[in-house]
Formats: sequence, structure tokens, C-alpha cells
Amino acid sequence: MNLAIDCQGLVKRFGTYTAVQGVSFQLPAGAIMGFVGPNGAGKTTLIRMLCGVLVPTEGRATVLGFDVLTQPEEIKQRIGYMSQKFSLYDDLTVRENLDFYAGVYSLHGKMAKEQKTRVIERIGLVERTSQLVSSLSGGWKQRVALACALLHSPQLLILDEPTAGVDPVSRRIFLDLIHQLAKEGITILVSTHYMDEAATCDYLGFVFYGHLIAFGSPDEMKEKEDKDNLDDLFIYYVENEASDDPRNLALKKGGRG
Amino acid sequence: MGRFSWVRFFAVLRKEFLHIRRDRASLIMAIAMPIGMLLLFGYAVNTDVDHLSTVVWDQSQTADSREFITSIRNTQYLDPDAYVQGYEQIEGSLDSGKARVAVIIPPNFGKELQKDNGQADVQILVDGSDPTIARAAMSAVQMLGLNKSLEIQGVRLAAKGATAGTNMPLNIETRVWYNPDMKSMVFNIPALIGLILQNVIAMLTSFSIVREKERGTMEQVVVTPIRSLELLLGKLLPFVFIGFVSLTLILATGIFWFGVMPAGSIPLLVLLSTIFLFTILAIGLLISSIARTQLQAMQMTFILILPSILLSGFIFPRETMPIFLKILGGLFPLTYFLEIVRGIFLKGVGMEYLWQDTLILCAFAIILVGIAAKKFKKNLD
Repeated sequence: MNLAIDCQGLVKRFGTYTAVQGVSFQLPAGAIMGFVGPNGAGKTTLIRMLCGVLVPTEGRATVLGFDVLTQPEEIKQRIGYMSQKFSLYDDLTVRENLDFYAGVYSLHGKMAKEQKTRVIERIGLVERTSQLVSSLSGGWKQRVALACALLHSPQLLILDEPTAGVDPVSRRIFLDLIHQLAKEGITILVSTHYMDEAATCDYLGFVFYGHLIAFGSPDEMKEKEDKDNLDDLFIYYVENEASDDPRNLALKKGGRG
Repeated sequence: MGRFSWVRFFAVLRKEFLHIRRDRASLIMAIAMPIGMLLLFGYAVNTDVDHLSTVVWDQSQTADSREFITSIRNTQYLDPDAYVQGYEQIEGSLDSGKARVAVIIPPNFGKELQKDNGQADVQILVDGSDPTIARAAMSAVQMLGLNKSLEIQGVRLAAKGATAGTNMPLNIETRVWYNPDMKSMVFNIPALIGLILQNVIAMLTSFSIVREKERGTMEQVVVTPIRSLELLLGKLLPFVFIGFVSLTLILATGIFWFGVMPAGSIPLLVLLSTIFLFTILAIGLLISSIARTQLQAMQMTFILILPSILLSGFIFPRETMPIFLKILGGLFPLTYFLEIVRGIFLKGVGMEYLWQDTLILCAFAIILVGIAAKKFKKNLD
């Protein structure tokens, strides 16, 4: 099996605080994987390690066959990344942002032009190219960010809560785009809080207190714990894994789950 | 409605104290600023000019000339510590800034003083580039000359009575070099090149990087294959360009509007300004590596500006500062750049006298750029 991501016992400590403790999983190429977990669970830290931006304290991981410790530059050239916070240049137009990222990924000349035309059409930005990014709505901004992340034809797309704070319609459009991209053979790793989004993934990883507490396809997981939907599964895991978590007490008092 | 509520008022009051306590920067400012400013202003803002380094060309070599030199020293205004021979050496010491004042005693000084109705000439050359210093030095020697004359006249009258002549025994001739009209503008405009360049470029540079941190665009850039050197050079080069535009603007305004012509070489000035520009870019970069928001970057730039105005010799002569402040002033690249611009503008000197300041500036540039680039790289990782 061709693996897009192969993680073995990844650990990340910041001083005495352990953000990620011993995460291992294997993601086949061409699949969509969702990271689910509460805020502060370590999803972003894990993602940043896989991007080659953060150096793991322990363990090893290969992304697209490259080691995150020794070959981060090779990884960066082959992945597309979009963060939870919209992070393109507000005071530049859509095209200017695309031009910048094309350059940063060493695309130039005819190649750059072709790739830009391709993503502009693919994401449906044709009429927006001359608009200032600051004048776009949240949903459109996310699509521009996605366009920038796709310019260099990445084999792996990493999306860190891409749809946080986006209205439901834009979210659906965005999600459809992601699924089309997956069909075209791009491996996708996405972190999310929305269970409907998570349900459409091929694989799910539950991240909690820095641990990957469950990994598998959504159906497998529901079957294994005998739960009807992912919401219940999520709450079940939280109750089981951290009986001392304050959120848990609140849950029990509320009589849910 | 309309009634003053103590509960609401106290809620705001308490919250505000909590803010101040949590906000480390404000707390430091509230405590360190008053003390820092008091010390800085108290010591640096010192317009009393004394102990100016002075060179003496004593061609007379008599008891009278030595006595005269001693009385110069006793004024406390001038320190005639170095002896030279000839105008060439005098020019050298004034050009290099080693001396502010030169005293020239002619060969017939002793003879003239001993004569019944003799008049001894003393020539005093004053470096007028800093009008404050020049004025203080001149009034000090004029007073001394007058006093000395009266003293000698008194002795002559006592010895000879009415037959003693009416000539002033001592004739002090002062000449101001470099800035003969002692215009403050001539002194200030060249220095402003340094100050303006420092403030504008440091602020713009730090802003451009902190803005990316603030808006989160840096987060997106670090996951791309870009190297920190590529990013650094790409971000800084526009500011080198802007720096040159500012420099040209200030120079042109100084020359054509204020009419302050540089006496020395403009290409040399531009070349050395470039080195200074690099130190400023590095300072901007350092600020950006500490500051997290543009507001913080702005505050830090201001913290840099005030002492650099006071301690660099921009307004107050560094010679008269206590040693501690002199050392502190030596930590600002601006201090050395001011020596360079004033040297070129007012004295028209070249590298033969500016090489020391240039070397120090180069060292600053290399060290600061090195530290800043390293911090920048570390921040990216």
C-alpha cells in the first residue's frame, strides 16, 4: 500500500507541556482523513509537525515518503496547506496573491501561467481575480486560500479547520470541492469540529489530550463502539478517555450522552 | 438614569488596575520611564561646555607662554593637553575632531610681554561645527585675554607709572573654522539625515515584518519551501530602496531649501550612509523579532529614538557627558554616523579622518545584521 503519511510515535513537548504524545497512524495515498477533537487537543501541533514546520521531540514520521526531520523542504514543496485563520494578503488582489504563491513555489514563466489559469478555473475565481482580498466574504477568502495551496499541484493537501467561521452554504461548496480534489487523486488531511464534515471522510482520527485515541473509517468506528452517529461517538470517547475533564462533568450534569 | 453608580465606577477602576498589572510593557513603562528619563535628561541635557580638548602650538617656549597656557587650563573651559608644531598638525587635530580648539602662540610672545609697551598676539582657532561649543570656547578665551591684559597692565603701571604705554598687552585673535557664521542650521541639518533615516527606516522595516506576524500571513509562508534568506532579502531590499529615496530627499532639501552645502564628497556620504542604512535595517529587524504587534514595534522604536537623540551628540555635545552616558551613547550607530556626516558636511574631510567611525559602523552593521538574521531564522522555525 502506498502511504501518504506514516506516523510512528510522534511526541511534541513545549517545555514541560506535552502537546502531542505518541501519535501513530498510517494514511494511504488518495484518501481523505479527518482529525476530530476538542480545542487544544493538539491537532494543530500534529499538523504542523507533518508539514515540516515544527520539529517533533520524539518519534518519526514520513510524509509522501520524506522524513519530517531530515527532508522538510521536500515535503513543503509537495504539500498544500491552509490554516484555520485566513492568512493571505488582504491588501493584495486575488491575482497578486496567486502570483506571490506561484513564485514562492518556484513556478515561473509558462508553467506559472498555466497553473494559475488552472486553479482559477478549478476553484471558480475567474470573475474575482482583480478584486482585493479584503473585499471578499469569508467563504470566498477560503476558496482563494485553497487556490493558493493548489497552485503547485500538491500530492497532499493539509487543511487545518478550513471551514471554521464560514457560513453553511459556503461550507458545503468548499466540502464538495475537497471531495472532487480527492477523486482526482490528492490525499487530504483535514481537521474539523463539524461532525457532518467528519462523516464524509474515508478515515477519522480522534485526537484528545495529545493522544490519537481512535483511528479508522467512520463506519468501523461507530460499529465498534455501537453508536449511531459521530456526535455520540465523540462524546463517548471524551467520557471514557478523560473522566476528570471538566467538560465531562458538565456533560453528565446536563444528562446527555 | 444619570445617577453616578459607584459600583459601575469601581468595576471599571478595578478592571483597569488588573489590565495594568497584566500588561508587562505598561508596567515597565510606568516604573522605568520616569527614572530613565530623569537620569537621561538630567545628565545628558547639559549645555555647560567645559574641558574642551585643545592643542597648543607654543612657538615662544618662554616662562610667559607657559604661564599663559596654565591660565588657559585654569579656566576649566579648555584642556590644553596636546602640543603640536605647525599649522598642518593643527588642521589635522581639528579635522579629525581630536581637538576643538587650537592655541597658537607666536615666537615673539615672551619678548612682547616683557617690552614696555609691547603687545603679544595669540591666535585661537575654534571648531565652529557645533555653535554651542564654539561660543563657549570663544567667550572663555576672550575673558581670559581681557583678565590677563588687565593683570599685566597693572604690573606695568605699578613699575613704570604713566610712562607705561596704552597698548593692550595681550591681543586675542579668534577665528572660527568650518562654520564661520556659527549657524545652528549648518550643524543640525546634516545630523538630521542620520536621525530621520534611523527613525523612518527602523519603523517601516519592523512594521513590514510584524504585520505578517500579526495578520497570520507568516504562518502560511513558513509552510512553503521558501528559505529564510530568500524571505529576508526580499523583504528588506525594498526598504534599502526607500532608504535611498529618503536620503536623496533629505539631502536635496538640505542643500536646495536650507542652503547647507556639504563641504566634502557627496558620493562618500552616500556610500557611508549605505552602511548606516544596513545597521538601521538590522535594528528594525531586531525590533520585529521581539514585537508581536505593530503597536509594540512602534513603542520600541520610540524607546530607541529618545536616547539616540540625547546621547548621540545630536543636540548635546558628547564631550561634556559623564563617562557612563558617553559609553551608553557609544552603543548607538547613530553616534558614529553623526561624526561622519558632520565631518563630511562641515569639515569636508574624507576617509583619512573618518576611517575609525566607518570601521565601527561596519562592525555594528555586521554584528547587528548577523544577530537579526539569526533571530529571524529562529522565529520562522
